[in-house]
Amino acid sequence: MIRTGGPRRGAPRTGVDRFLTFMRVAILTLVAVGILAFVWQEIDTDNPFARWANPDATGLTGAQFRGLIISGVAQGCMYGLIALGYSMVYGVLGFINFAHGEVFMVGAMTGMITSNKLADAGLWESNFIGSLIFIVIVSMIVCTLVAVIMERVAYRPLRGSPRLIPLITSIGVSFFIQNASIVLLGPAAKAYPDVPDWVKDKHTFIQIEGSRILVVVVAAVSMGVLWYLVEHTRGGKAMRAVAEDAEIAALMGINVNRTIVKVFAVGGAMAGLAGILWGILFRSVIHTTGFLPGIKAFSAAVVGGIGHLGGAMAGGLSIGVAESVGPLLILEPLGVSGVSQLRDAVAFAVLIGVLLLRPAGIFGERLPAEDRA
Amino acid sequence: MTATLPPETGAVGGRAEMPLAPSRPVLAHDWRRLVRMGAVGAFAQIFIALSNMPVRLDERVVVKPVLSLGYLTLLMVPFAAGYRVGHQIKREGMPQYAAGAHEVAGGAACGALAGGGLSLLAVLLANFDLREPLVNWSPMLAELLAFGRATWFAVVVWLLIGAAIGAAGGILRTLGPRTRRAVVTMVLAVAGAAVMEPLVVDLAEGMRLEGLTDRLYARRGGVNWTSALGIAAASGVLAVLGRGRIRQARDHIASLEGAKRNRANFGLIVLTGAALIILPLFAGKLTNELLANVGLFVLLALGLNVVVGLAGILDLGYVAFFAVGSYSAAVLTAATSPRINPEMPWLVALIVVVVITGLVGLFIGAPVIRMRGDYLAIVTLGFGEIIRLLFLSDWLSGWFGGAQGITKIPGAGIFGLTSVAGTDPRRVFYLVLAFCAIAIYVSWRLERSRLGRAWMAVREDETVAEAMGINTVNVKLLAFVVGAILGSFSGAIFSAKVGSVFPNSFLILVSIVILVVVIFGGMGSIVGVIAGSAVLIGVLGGPKQPGLLAEFSEFKLLIYGALLIWMMLARPEGLIPSVRRSRELHQEEMAQDAWLRGQVEDDDGSGTQAAPLT
Repeated sequence: MIRTGGPRRGAPRTGVDRFLTFMRVAILTLVAVGILAFVWQEIDTDNPFARWANPDATGLTGAQFRGLIISGVAQGCMYGLIALGYSMVYGVLGFINFAHGEVFMVGAMTGMITSNKLADAGLWESNFIGSLIFIVIVSMIVCTLVAVIMERVAYRPLRGSPRLIPLITSIGVSFFIQNASIVLLGPAAKAYPDVPDWVKDKHTFIQIEGSRILVVVVAAVSMGVLWYLVEHTRGGKAMRAVAEDAEIAALMGINVNRTIVKVFAVGGAMAGLAGILWGILFRSVIHTTGFLPGIKAFSAAVVGGIGHLGGAMAGGLSIGVAESVGPLLILEPLGVSGVSQLRDAVAFAVLIGVLLLRPAGIFGERLPAEDRA
Repeated sequence: MTATLPPETGAVGGRAEMPLAPSRPVLAHDWRRLVRMGAVGAFAQIFIALSNMPVRLDERVVVKPVLSLGYLTLLMVPFAAGYRVGHQIKREGMPQYAAGAHEVAGGAACGALAGGGLSLLAVLLANFDLREPLVNWSPMLAELLAFGRATWFAVVVWLLIGAAIGAAGGILRTLGPRTRRAVVTMVLAVAGAAVMEPLVVDLAEGMRLEGLTDRLYARRGGVNWTSALGIAAASGVLAVLGRGRIRQARDHIASLEGAKRNRANFGLIVLTGAALIILPLFAGKLTNELLANVGLFVLLALGLNVVVGLAGILDLGYVAFFAVGSYSAAVLTAATSPRINPEMPWLVALIVVVVITGLVGLFIGAPVIRMRGDYLAIVTLGFGEIIRLLFLSDWLSGWFGGAQGITKIPGAGIFGLTSVAGTDPRRVFYLVLAFCAIAIYVSWRLERSRLGRAWMAVREDETVAEAMGINTVNVKLLAFVVGAILGSFSGAIFSAKVGSVFPNSFLILVSIVILVVVIFGGMGSIVGVIAGSAVLIGVLGGPKQPGLLAEFSEFKLLIYGALLIWMMLARPEGLIPSVRRSRELHQEEMAQDAWLRGQVEDDDGSGTQAAPLT
């Protein structure tokens, strides 16, 4: 049979499909043109193509570029840690726990409260590492509790209801936690206590801020621990089994409810850790802190392929780097002014772009049985 | 053997009632459940107290010398706990006990536990200073809890109050259904009278009935306790006399045939419309402002209802269309808009606005429409935020004014006859009313059209809908566009009403509030959506607009969040559900009921009779 270059899978080609193809091509072209212009501009400052849309484009020095990438990696690690929670819950229950970003915010708030108390007692200055470990533990415990209570109160009664119902509930939970934080702790932004110089300043030798190194190291270690937990312990095996097929897992004698609680607990603990990392990187927290990182972390989970642990981390890194480098790399050569204001818009655009170009993410998704059909 | 049961037509609750067993002994409680409930109540009490609600709302008096809204917030929890703890889960074949002293004792114990939360808080407040993280950890709160006396007094009093209120909740359960309804009506009537105070005062002034309001309300606000008793008595009598009349009337209308029913419905609509046209003439600025705000949200909610309620697409970025509508109307009509300022008349601009928003709807809708429902929700949220960020950015500030927005937008002129500006809320309300009428008509007709049925089919099962020959993509995209256009109407009115647009008026939380309104009222039900916005926006207020309980402005978003969770858990079909939607949500329960009745549905849906299980 002669195959014409028609639509795949026999579906009729509609206007929407053509529009989507056009969008895909347009996105890729924009990105390609932006990057080309940027690269050309770096090589040869005066050539007309690089200046075609934006005569004032300055390009970046090597140090600036490196700085952007490093800050992107550090933030990306944080997004990755939050993304783990989205990804694991999606893998097991098949719904997006929209309120997970709020758990992260609770972690950052807990860290702020505890560290300020420690600073009042003088421990923060005298024993920084010790107090840091302490606030990490406190914040992880609090966030685990919040996540578990959330599951018990809002999500467990809704198991087996239509898909959108738990999603809407989680939006309500997120809204509630945000506003509870306003009424309990006040609407103003709150600061972390001052950190020692070696955290704040650039390291003399490698020219990277201590806080960024700390974030990357902590994220790498906790990722390793989590990987061990999920791949090499009985509890982790149960989680993977429930993610694969909850009914069969129950038949094999796995307590599904308890496993789901464990998944929420682990996700919550990771979010708590990420909250402290946020505190160290930005040293300020407000009730809306959880919203944007939450959405970006979800994007990271999708980019990496939802339900996939390594994917979440890789997705986090790519979102972090993209939002920090992307505006200057792609948008500025295209003649967009004030690009740094658009970094959040870029993060959303990455999400939309990925869902358009490769909805299953980089590593492919691992979905619960009922979603695969 | 074949079943002898007659096929029942009533869908839910059609099962035969078991005779009631006598009441349980007073002390035979499920203590674990009771303690758990009490602990949750205590936790809720502490949360409410620390959220500053009691202190902040203490100003607003409900019943003149006795009760302020602040104390009311603290009394609600023990009451709910006391009522709730006596709840018996109906199980097939298990005896149902008559409610009696057991329920009252349980309610008292549970209420005392919940009240104990406040006792604990009073002790903590006296001995620790946690003002650092908790902003409301104040001596004022301690004073309010202790009624201005010593701490031990607070401890004892809140235990006692909790027990008393909890027992009251228990007693409510022991009452027969008729008495219970009367009591609930009485309480609601008094509460309603207190909530509606600004509205009633405003209206009475317009109708020159100040004498009435002076008698009804105390000078500094709140219902006089004498009039509260009067209202309670009157409503109680009405509730007993009018019991079931409304339902009868509704059933009567529902039972009418074709043309007759249409005539009855038409009469109702005309009556409501006439009331809504006449009412503002007597109302002052405050009421009209409130009505205009409610109308604006009705319009938004109707638009979202098409997307979420009818087509089942969870659009979290609905505010984007509101924003695009507002901004394009502003750019087209205002002389001060930075780049283009054609200064069109409002009605002409509206046509262009509709076209622009429709195109934006297509542009946003096309890439997302193929996605899974939950991805779609997040991506639309992203689009909503991107559009706000674009309006805010320096990049486009040459077009839309950036953070400064566009100001000095002229009012909406209609055929050059009248000008509707924000200074005159009455005209704004009439304008909103006209557009609401259009939107209601459009969604009513759409719901019953071929397209509407296609939407509902897609909502219920996309795969099946596709198999039935529905082009799901186009149909969903159309829902998106229709929703966008309805949203743009309210956007255009909003910019003419307020006279200026800023990116900060279009935060994501506006989308969430509209979503709460739609869900609270009932997804897919036009009456429900209108009632939902009237109740929520009217009483609590919109994201930035004050409602009747203006004191609640700090807490309304918190309440919206809690309400969204609670609705999803308890009543996902909403206050006034659409019949089809609630059938869809309770499919499983109904199937179980049918099974218990001995009707087993075959796969092809023809209910065959099977032997009952005994």
